[in-house]
Amino acid sequence: MQRIGVFVCWCGSNIAGTVDVHAVAEALKNESGVVFSTDYQYMCSQAGQDIIKNAIAEHKLTGIVVCSCSPRMHEATFRKTAAAAGLNPYMVEIANIREQCSWVHKDMLSGTEKAVILGRAAIAKVHLNAPLIPGQSPVAKRALVIGGGIAGIQTALDIADAGFPVDIVETKPTIGGKMAQLDKTFPTLDCAACILTPKMVDAAQNELIKIYSYSEVSQVSGYVGNFDVTIKRRARFVKEDLCTGCGLCTEKCPQKKVPNEFNLGMDTRRAIYIPFAQAVPKVATIDPDYCTMLKTGKCGICSKVCTAGAIDYTAKDEFITEKYGAIVVATGYNPISMEKFDEFAYSQSKDVITSLEFERLTNAAGPTAGKLLRPSDGEHPHKIVFVQCVGSRCDSCAEKGKEYCSKICCMYTAKHAMLTRDKYPDTEVYVFYIDVRTPGKAFDEFYRRAVEEYGVHYVKGMVGKVVPQGKKLMVQASDLIDGKQLHIDADLVVLAAAIEPDKSARPLATMLTASMDTNDFFTEAHPKLRPVESPTAGVFLSGACQGPKDIPETVSQASAAAAKVIGLLCKDHLTGNPCVASANEMLCSGCSQCANVCPYGAITYSEKEFRMPNRTTLMRRVASVNPAVCQGCGACTVACPSGAMDLNGFKNNQIMAEVDAICRN
Amino acid sequence: MSELNQEYKPLIVAFCCNWCSYAGADLAGSNRLAYPADVKIIRVPCSCRVNPMFILRAFQRGADGVILCGCHPGDCHYTTGNYYTRRRMSMLFSMLDYLGIERERTRVEWVSAAEGAKFASTMNDFAKKVASLGPNKRLEDLRCKP
Amino acid sequence: MQTVNTQTLIERASALLQDGTVSAVLGWKRGEFDYDMTPAVFTTAEELAAGFVYNDFCGANLSKYLLKKTREIQGKILVFLKPCDTYSFNQLLTEHRIHRENAYVIGVPCSGMADIHSIRKITGEGIARVELTEGGLLVHTLYDDAPVAVSYEDAMADRCKTCKSKKHVAYDELLGEEGDVLDSHRFDEVAKLEAMTPDERFAFWQGELSRCIRCNACRDVCPACTCEKCVFDNPDSGVENKAPGGDFEEKMFHIIRAFHVAGRCTDCGECSRVCPQDIPLHLLNRKFISDINKTYGEYQAGETADQRPPLVNFTQNDPEPSDVVKGGHDHA
Repeated sequence: MQRIGVFVCWCGSNIAGTVDVHAVAEALKNESGVVFSTDYQYMCSQAGQDIIKNAIAEHKLTGIVVCSCSPRMHEATFRKTAAAAGLNPYMVEIANIREQCSWVHKDMLSGTEKAVILGRAAIAKVHLNAPLIPGQSPVAKRALVIGGGIAGIQTALDIADAGFPVDIVETKPTIGGKMAQLDKTFPTLDCAACILTPKMVDAAQNELIKIYSYSEVSQVSGYVGNFDVTIKRRARFVKEDLCTGCGLCTEKCPQKKVPNEFNLGMDTRRAIYIPFAQAVPKVATIDPDYCTMLKTGKCGICSKVCTAGAIDYTAKDEFITEKYGAIVVATGYNPISMEKFDEFAYSQSKDVITSLEFERLTNAAGPTAGKLLRPSDGEHPHKIVFVQCVGSRCDSCAEKGKEYCSKICCMYTAKHAMLTRDKYPDTEVYVFYIDVRTPGKAFDEFYRRAVEEYGVHYVKGMVGKVVPQGKKLMVQASDLIDGKQLHIDADLVVLAAAIEPDKSARPLATMLTASMDTNDFFTEAHPKLRPVESPTAGVFLSGACQGPKDIPETVSQASAAAAKVIGLLCKDHLTGNPCVASANEMLCSGCSQCANVCPYGAITYSEKEFRMPNRTTLMRRVASVNPAVCQGCGACTVACPSGAMDLNGFKNNQIMAEVDAICRN
Repeated sequence: MSELNQEYKPLIVAFCCNWCSYAGADLAGSNRLAYPADVKIIRVPCSCRVNPMFILRAFQRGADGVILCGCHPGDCHYTTGNYYTRRRMSMLFSMLDYLGIERERTRVEWVSAAEGAKFASTMNDFAKKVASLGPNKRLEDLRCKP
Repeated sequence: MQTVNTQTLIERASALLQDGTVSAVLGWKRGEFDYDMTPAVFTTAEELAAGFVYNDFCGANLSKYLLKKTREIQGKILVFLKPCDTYSFNQLLTEHRIHRENAYVIGVPCSGMADIHSIRKITGEGIARVELTEGGLLVHTLYDDAPVAVSYEDAMADRCKTCKSKKHVAYDELLGEEGDVLDSHRFDEVAKLEAMTPDERFAFWQGELSRCIRCNACRDVCPACTCEKCVFDNPDSGVENKAPGGDFEEKMFHIIRAFHVAGRCTDCGECSRVCPQDIPLHLLNRKFISDINKTYGEYQAGETADQRPPLVNFTQNDPEPSDVVKGGHDHA
């Protein structure tokens, strides 16, 4: 039998104003198991907490009920109070007589009556409480960053800076991501490569950072502090440790007609290639789809010219498994396909390009060595039309495009327009927009410079159609402000394609049991207060995988995610939430209903031996819950017909006792 | 005090998930949005913790209405809990209806932590509907009466 | 009248016992009455010859017996399953309650089983003897001099009149032809109840469920009710009860039981067959099945052995409970 103490708080007049607190304390005195009951002005104050502590000692209380404000407010406080007095903190129950009683019921009589009932329910529950001890699990002091763009690189650098080893997994042969493809960055017009490549080199040279390029995550198990991750290292047919990156093989390879993805297919590369001059790791990779040797067994030129002996045509995919304490997702974004937007003639004319292709066209390391030339005939364009929001801010019922704003397009288009006018003042530049969105430090000033100093024609209105006509692109558009139809004979049309999460994100989210929104962006644990954590403990978010972001925002989030990871890895042990599910093996039938509904994969099954009558034994399948993985939602408890699965802190009989106490009148 | 002269007061049990609806109820409190004292809230971690047995037990012991509140679908703190709640309660409440239990006695409502006003208006509306039905006789166990 | 005779089954079972494929046979034997065929285990050809029966009163679904028998008996068990029984068999596999390698399934054709409740409705009480003849049943009662002739059609169990499938969904070998899934009208009764007013429905169920004596036969026979310990038998659960205490407890028991098997019930109808009070319990289960079909798409539990039951599944666009409850019918 429990010895229960009841403490009724006045909360000044917040409770005492509409609830007769003395009457409540008096009435609850008569409840079974209650050996002490009192009321006080502010239970949460030091003096109030002392009353509780003294009563625990004096009356040898085994459980306490505090009738006060919401448990969301002070449950933690009173648990600490109990613990300080030597009582297990989970022997505390709160009756919420402020938010859910005194503040909403103005009538003293009914408020008092309800407060007594809520107190009774809490007493009924605490009768069935059992002391709970949170589990402890060790923390593997290594982090995994999935994605090697600027987000992943920054996160890895910051984690390594704090002294923890960190691995980067990148699917491409090099890290660098989208930023490596950019020319200049807004609003400062820094050269992207100039600020990114030193970071790439830092990452490569940092002893605590290991880069798994040309690799992907193939399996994840475990939980916060203890993830087991299998990484698939795709065969690159070049030994990374031997290749010196001299590039001789990439010059001699006879297969010259491979579309160069780094330049978005606007030029070609060889079957053995290094994506770009500053690639990290600077190691060649053989493209098995194009390599004659791998396809037919006849060639082998790269192997002959390689003085380091790094070529290995027999290489196979390798799988490595590593333990991590934390995982950061930094899988980034891609521009959407322009397939469904053929009113802009993207598939019909080489001179209709996306903004990312425009970046490559103006980049000194790009297919035109930085000269702005039309892809179709290599001539200098004199009239350029930029189309904003292609696939962004679409109607939800439209079958194409995205509902959200891609956020970065307004600014990079201002940059493109400005740079074009700066380099080629003879070029006429039009930008068609729905709105120009420039919230950000020095963003609006930047946009206004494009308009005012560089004379870019900004036209509010949509482009309806682009029709290739001879060497020209006839652009039909409307000017909403002047109410006119415009026909522009452009030489080049640039589409600001919406951005979407990388396709690898969805299967990864499934492996991590991390949740995603309907657009496949990872969801954060709380949109405002926990923006860099995923709801799955130990999984953090960095960069555009969580939502469209520009570089400064990405880097901020990357560092924030790193800070969260460092905070986690600093701990030797994690203290779990003891209010988790557990299975009674005697009752469990092993039917797997519970595992079907567990969002965390916390439930596993094993064959267990049970003693039966007449000295026989029986092997039977039973469930067990990993308390470090379980978050305590209780979905399993209802899926379980026998009641074998129960939830600590919210047990079936505890909730039933509350129901009974409330209905007992 | 004569029982007969007393206005009939329904007994309503509300199961609220800790993360959204219980917080929504707290917000209704902070904003002093009144609703009848007949509503008694039981806190559960997630709406998916609510076993149909708890609901039937409440009716058995004399509750006149049972309402279950959780995070909006898609917003569950545990990602998927309320999706299971939605299926389970759809089936259970349809079964109670099939047995001839007044369907206004049961309800599921999604209330977020920011929807204090919705919490209060939901409770007002539900309490009014249940009160108009009168006492629950069809699922009550008379032996549980004092 | 069944299309395969007892002798064919005995011969096949004896052969499988003989060559060591199986170590025991799960079948039916004659019980106390002519209409009372009981599940039984046979381990020798002699036992089979002496006691094995397959006739129109072999309604019992043997799949659940595998749970206990595979634990007791070493080696494979031969089990004879009628089409509807094979669905239960698959469901037990889905839930890991039995292992496929422990059972040797022979699918037996079934042309519908006779049911004593149906016969009683025609002949009245006091049935002493039943003869199965080619033309129909001859029922001898304590009160009539001449036997009453009842056609196989009329004697059939309600569940068989609305048979959902003549197809065996699991077997190692099949006797007779492969059957088809039928377009049955098994939800008509449910729809009839749904069309009533709440008061009428309440009166109907009050009338039915108040006869319950809580013998637990429905639960014990149910192939979906395989918990190691039923929540209603467990004193720690807080809902344990045995005797019918009052109006409510039967309701609680039957609602919860139906809920626990919702999405897992194959609609084999055993609950109604064994009910000594002739309560149409299958109408509770069928309500859930009908609701699930209407709300989440057609789902037949036990169709295969690796399904995810609809109540441990979801889609993001499932309808709201209020719409589901409204969906059926309107309040009068």
